[in-house]
Amino acid sequence: MMDDEIRTVLAEHGRLAVDAQTLTDDADLYQAGLTSHASVNVMLALEDAFDVEFPERMLRKKTFESVAAIRAALDELAGAGVD
Amino acid sequence: MTTVDLRAESLVARAQRVADEVAAPAADEVDRDARFPAEAVDALRVEGLLASLVPTHLGGGGASIAEIADVVAALGSACASTAMVYAMHQIQVACLVRHGGTAAIDAYLRDVATDGLLLASATSEVGIGGDVRSSSCAMIRVGDRVHLQKEAPVISYGEHADAILTTARRTPDSPPSDQVLVVCRRPHVRLERRGEWDTLGFRGTCSNGFLLVADDDAAYVLPDSFGDISSQTMLPTSHIVWSSVWLGIAAAAVDRARRFVQSAARKTPGTTPPAALHLAELVARHQQLVDLVQGATRRYDETWIADDRDAVGSISFAIEMNALKVSASELVVDVVQRALHICGMAGYRNDSPYSLGRLLRDAQGAALMVNNDRIIANNAQLLLVHRGR
Repeated sequence: MMDDEIRTVLAEHGRLAVDAQTLTDDADLYQAGLTSHASVNVMLALEDAFDVEFPERMLRKKTFESVAAIRAALDELAGAGVD
Repeated sequence: MTTVDLRAESLVARAQRVADEVAAPAADEVDRDARFPAEAVDALRVEGLLASLVPTHLGGGGASIAEIADVVAALGSACASTAMVYAMHQIQVACLVRHGGTAAIDAYLRDVATDGLLLASATSEVGIGGDVRSSSCAMIRVGDRVHLQKEAPVISYGEHADAILTTARRTPDSPPSDQVLVVCRRPHVRLERRGEWDTLGFRGTCSNGFLLVADDDAAYVLPDSFGDISSQTMLPTSHIVWSSVWLGIAAAAVDRARRFVQSAARKTPGTTPPAALHLAELVARHQQLVDLVQGATRRYDETWIADDRDAVGSISFAIEMNALKVSASELVVDVVQRALHICGMAGYRNDSPYSLGRLLRDAQGAALMVNNDRIIANNAQLLLVHRGR
């Protein structure tokens, strides 16, 4: 469910050279064509879709390097919200 | 602390000697003929200054970024083209130091230190429109060899460099932003001149266009992606050392204005020359530039010495370095123009000791080399997610 939404955001805003739905979880998004400009748009769309705000420490290239990395960041933010 | 200070002093003292004795006397001719400042670069090599940023365990000077920035500024006051060549060389050395780490790249850095090799770069490409984070040409790998061919609209001092660090797509199937950086060494790289370099300023950088064809060992492809190399090292180092070139230009302009006002004051003791007020304003503006560049240099230097990749990879840091470039490039033009206003016709003339023509033309390049519009657009995008900390 969360993965589907992440992939939808990537498909709409990532400007990837490949179909976001066919990417493996740990495929390198930068090698798939994610630019730093597009990654900001992905961040904004993820914040809107999941109603979160990435804190400064997560605003790193690594946070958005794969579907799995994005999921881990969102999970962490969701966990922090519960506490 | 004392040791560091002494070493810094000796580095800058050596640079000052090259600036005063070699670069300054040739500067007007280098500018007029748009020729490479060969004698100044040779002198920098002899003084060991081309190797300053190479770590000591690889035979280099082990200097910090702040020390390099001081050398660049000292050269910039004498000959901006020489300073820019030196600055661009150090940007490439910084990339090898931070993003090599392999036996082949370490061995090459040793050669840089021992032989005083000069490194250039080919990051822009015909048809791409100035975005260095995008390539059209691709690296083709066959076994242990790599081949690449690139139409470069400019390669500064390409014909005088011992290697050209070149960006390319990782493979022929890679998207434009998935780039690698390849050390294209002589004699494994061939350049065919495609364009002239007849510009308003920085004429001695000889930044002609070339077709670059390279065929070399795959060990000379840097292991890190160019995206990381660019954001962590190439961009911040570029903005620091370029700003230091402009600092040198600005210092030379202020020096001419000061000498002009003092010369007038000697003729009218008891009466403050009208231009003295403008000099006071100019010095205030110059101080803004000095403190801006030195503050940013100090902060980058701290991350460089600590090798803090997380800090340099942050959005805050990228925004700060981008803002530095934009502000410094505008301030240097303002400083030189104010100096021209103070020196009047003596500054306007090309044959006067107060001449500001070359400084003004060189300063105008600051906002254009990596256009400020592009940098402001980048910051506008980053600020959409920046948290202000």
